[in-house]
Amino acid sequence: MAKVLVVTSGKGGVGKTTSTAALGAALAQNGSNVVVIDFDVGLRNLDLVMGAERRVVYDLINVVQGDAKLAQALIRDKRLENLSLLPASQTRDKDALTEDGVARVIEELREKFDWIICDSPAGIERGATLAMRHADMAVVVTNPEVSSVRDSDRIIGLLDSKTARAESGERMPKHLLLTRYDQGRAERGEMLKVDDVLEILSIPLLGIIPESEEVLRASNVGSPVTINSPTSAPARAYAEAARRLAGEDIAVTVPSEKKGFFGKLFGRRAAA
Amino acid sequence: MALVLAPEAPLEDWFTDLDVLAERSPGFFAGRPVILDVAAVTLEKAELTKLIADLSERNVRVMAIEGAEPQMLGLGLPPPLTSNRPDSEVEVPDLSPDEPPPPPPKPSTLFVETTVRSGQTVMHSHGDVTVLGAIGSGAEVISGGSIYTFGALRGRAIAGTTGDIDARIVCRKLEAELVSIDGFYKTADDMDSALRGRPVQIWLEGDAIKMAALD
Repeated sequence: MAKVLVVTSGKGGVGKTTSTAALGAALAQNGSNVVVIDFDVGLRNLDLVMGAERRVVYDLINVVQGDAKLAQALIRDKRLENLSLLPASQTRDKDALTEDGVARVIEELREKFDWIICDSPAGIERGATLAMRHADMAVVVTNPEVSSVRDSDRIIGLLDSKTARAESGERMPKHLLLTRYDQGRAERGEMLKVDDVLEILSIPLLGIIPESEEVLRASNVGSPVTINSPTSAPARAYAEAARRLAGEDIAVTVPSEKKGFFGKLFGRRAAA
Repeated sequence: MALVLAPEAPLEDWFTDLDVLAERSPGFFAGRPVILDVAAVTLEKAELTKLIADLSERNVRVMAIEGAEPQMLGLGLPPPLTSNRPDSEVEVPDLSPDEPPPPPPKPSTLFVETTVRSGQTVMHSHGDVTVLGAIGSGAEVISGGSIYTFGALRGRAIAGTTGDIDARIVCRKLEAELVSIDGFYKTADDMDSALRGRPVQIWLEGDAIKMAALD
């Protein structure tokens, strides 16, 4: 049974694309068939983060508009054969996405893959609403600062009202992925603490990704951090988050940079 | 339609103002029938005659006089207006008595079982609003009556919009951006910082929003 997952946030620059790539790669490393879709038409990035920018021929818009077959547009990852990318168009804009076209593409992908991960653009406009439209579950990426938290709150409201699932009266499972977290700075009061964010957003916690230069390094070499440096703290946090997404029950920790030491145990239950 | 001129004492100043107006819009009075309303000034008959002469010098033709004592008027002066009512400028629609306005809906309580998220608006004009969750930053709850929230109030709570001065706002944790009752409001900056984060009730006393902790 395929699952459609939207990675969204409202605010830009909080790590949606990085998280999409890292979670997609981690799920694929565990043996699932995964496709990641870039919905950021006009400002595509996922191809770069996945290191596939030199192999893009057709894109999501071509498939939505019927100019190309899905199989022609999908790019298989060179490192993991069960990981694919459906890139966005850089020359078009979000108006080129049609609701019917997106629905058709998602239906077709459901037959081929276990996980369909939609990388939402920032904002609450057409691109973002279409990315979440057909999702079965959502990962809300949030930084520990007030503007990001409020934008996430806004997105949660939209997930509960504008998705196909919500409109048919079903529950829309939402998970919080807290990125760029720095425990030291949170304790000094320079950023929000995990508990503050959880209290405001009141959705289950999927994982805490520590602030790390490994993430930027991985992006720049075009490789998801979970592939590029699997033993780094952020990679381990993403790998655990991916296992929780797949249904495993693991307590949420903040993995630290020191190898073998798993940081402070929060004793928090993971997302069900 | 006639223009009404109402001179005010002192007349010299009033004429100066009139001249400024006439200079700005030349021909404003040309050919217009003018009613002179002298209710605001006390004049002898001779003064009234002079006033009308001064006006005709300025090309203002007085067709009738209003607000003057009968003994002041006579031959050689414009006649008084028989009806003392100025014509209203808008047509008042005829309200037929056999169609009474619909009665206002009965007040009821709106129950919100979830959290009101940022960007969402809950509006309920007739009655109270009870929110079981929180009201997020950037969210808005508008109620004709009172607003009760069992979670944190981080957004805006606007109560008593239909003029209910007895409306209250009660929350479990005050972190509001704005609270308002019957049009009177307080922003976060104006709230006592000692109340922040505490359970608080908010009510109206005269023109002042009052707040007190419940713990």
